[in-house]
Amino acid sequence: MSNRAVDWWVGIFVLLGIAALAVLAFRVGNLSGFQYGQGYILHADFNNVGSLKVRSPVKLGGVTVGEVTGIRIDPKTFQAEVSMRIDPQLKLPVDTGASIYTQGLLGEQYIAIQPGGMPQDLKPGGTITLTQSAVNIDQLIGQMVFSKAEGGSGGSSSGSSANAIPNPPGQ
Amino acid sequence: MSALDFIPELGHRVRESVPRLGAATRFLVLGLGRPFHRHFSIQQWLRQVYGFGVLSLALMVVAAFFTGMVLGFQGYYALVRFGATSALGTLVALSLLRELGPVLTALLFAGRAGSALTAEIATMKATEQLSAMEMMAVDPLAWVVAPRLWAAVFTVPILCVIFDLVGIFGGYLIAVPVLGVDSGTFWSQMQSNVSFRGDILNGLFKALCFGLVVAWIAAWQGYSAQPTAEGVGNATTRSVVAASLAVLGLDFILTALLFS
Amino acid sequence: MAASDLIEIEQLRFSRGSHRVLDGVDLRVRQGAVVAVLGASGGGKTTLLNLMAGTLRPDAGSIRVQGREPAKLRRSELFALRRSMGMLFQHSALFTDLSVFENVAFPLRRHFRLPETLLRKLVLMKLEAVGLRGAATLRPGELSGGMGRRVALARAVVMDPILIFYDEPFTGLDPISVGIIATLIRRLNDALGATSIVVSHDVGETFSIADYGFILAGGKIIAQGTPAELRASESPLAQQFLGGRPDGPVPFHYPSAQSFLEAMGLKRWEAGRS
Repeated sequence: MSNRAVDWWVGIFVLLGIAALAVLAFRVGNLSGFQYGQGYILHADFNNVGSLKVRSPVKLGGVTVGEVTGIRIDPKTFQAEVSMRIDPQLKLPVDTGASIYTQGLLGEQYIAIQPGGMPQDLKPGGTITLTQSAVNIDQLIGQMVFSKAEGGSGGSSSGSSANAIPNPPGQ
Repeated sequence: MSALDFIPELGHRVRESVPRLGAATRFLVLGLGRPFHRHFSIQQWLRQVYGFGVLSLALMVVAAFFTGMVLGFQGYYALVRFGATSALGTLVALSLLRELGPVLTALLFAGRAGSALTAEIATMKATEQLSAMEMMAVDPLAWVVAPRLWAAVFTVPILCVIFDLVGIFGGYLIAVPVLGVDSGTFWSQMQSNVSFRGDILNGLFKALCFGLVVAWIAAWQGYSAQPTAEGVGNATTRSVVAASLAVLGLDFILTALLFS
Repeated sequence: MAASDLIEIEQLRFSRGSHRVLDGVDLRVRQGAVVAVLGASGGGKTTLLNLMAGTLRPDAGSIRVQGREPAKLRRSELFALRRSMGMLFQHSALFTDLSVFENVAFPLRRHFRLPETLLRKLVLMKLEAVGLRGAATLRPGELSGGMGRRVALARAVVMDPILIFYDEPFTGLDPISVGIIATLIRRLNDALGATSIVVSHDVGETFSIADYGFILAGGKIIAQGTPAELRASESPLAQQFLGGRPDGPVPFHYPSAQSFLEAMGLKRWEAGRS
């Protein structure tokens, strides 16, 4: 094997590796951390964030438009304050709402935003005020079983409203 | 009395193995430092990358393809009971990227390239080629060992990336056309759950560590082999066994450190 | 005389494990000579070569090669010293992944940056000297034992060393190859103005080319002198070795803790009979 042939093969091998890494990065992994690098920050306060985590997706109409960057407790209001980074091209009205939903029955949780109709947009660093907390499935099942046992027929709808904070408009 | 015999035996083993371990560590440090030596040759390094990487590629691709297909089947039958087949892409990708890719690449590498590396160096020792180099004032660590160590460190992560990708593709071929999982769900679930740094790069870091450890063990076993035909054979066997166990043990430690 | 001694060894001792291989060796080698070190197999001859080349360190005593002690040099200094040495190994030790030409060129390529044409000339000159210029493109695996040894010889002298070691250069060769190697050792030594040390147990061939000889037995030099003097020596050990007698001061039997009868389980029977 001549040196030149070895050089060629090794070069091809390295290029293959780089190509494979690129495919992995863009097709398999989410490079969203880089994608939303220049996005702007919004905050939202929830009573209960459930199992929401940092890097959980933020979706609008099912499309991922950002990610959660931080979750902390506001020591004054005792609410969970969630920070998220939003796609800079997306301007959201001030009366936008945010809810925490679950993907499927057992999937991970994400924030769904419902845009409002006001003409003014939320400024970077602004706060979404209309929020709906995570649905606590244990609580929900407990209530259902409880209401069934009581024999009441209106119990099923009260289960979801017990956890709901003001419903966002436009739902 | 005899029940306690293992205590002096243990002490004896420790006394024997500490200097050996010290010599092996010294060997690694010297070997890794040799690229700055005047007898280190890029051409030799390239030849080893060719031998370790290009010539192992077909083996890796075939192994990865089958691993991915098996993962596709097994994952599907496990998830279908919970009605969670939409998570199949995530399962295949994470299994490969975090564990199976780096570990299987390293084990196959130990079997294919590691054993050959041990046999080559041990034979060079047995036929006095290493002594001849010493006598010609050429440092065997720089000319023989360093290119091989660095080639392994460079090659195994590349093999691992290719293994990951081919494996995921194999899983996809089973999941989507054969088992009827929705193609969009397969990829989007994977994308939203696989993190580039946390999963892909950490997996490759594992592969890099495995490559170094396999090459270290293989080269050291060859270098310290008895210079006889039997010694070469023993060293080769020991090299594969020790390197495989080291990969699995190190995998546990790295997983605990990286993914916790 | 002492000023031109290339190698001076005094009271050299060396052990492998509990086995004392060399037990007080004194040896001097004059510049320009072909010197034979004879001794039984396993008698420490190769060890002595390794000590001179600095690949082993003595337990006690001193070795001076060109006025320097290999064991006390730093690695870089030792390597500098070795560039003026050549060694022909018992098994040739050719690099099996390189062609004959590249084997001979190896030391030159590693130590100098020569233009390819000059390098080619130097290498082919050495191959011509050993009669194998035509085999330059062959691989070591395609060579016979004798040809391999000649290529290794060309490689050992390609740096024009002033000191050449030969470790059992005649072992395992047919009589023609032995004759060729012996002639080459003498001719190269004189052509290069080098000093050669031939370690061997082949008395006849070695004495035919050597200027001076040492006989090593039991870890000591038991006789030295010119070949003629050694042949005339009255030392029983030297006579046993040179005459090739199976038993004598070097016993035929490897020492054993048990007597033969004990080992065969006959001791009791013998005791019972008496």
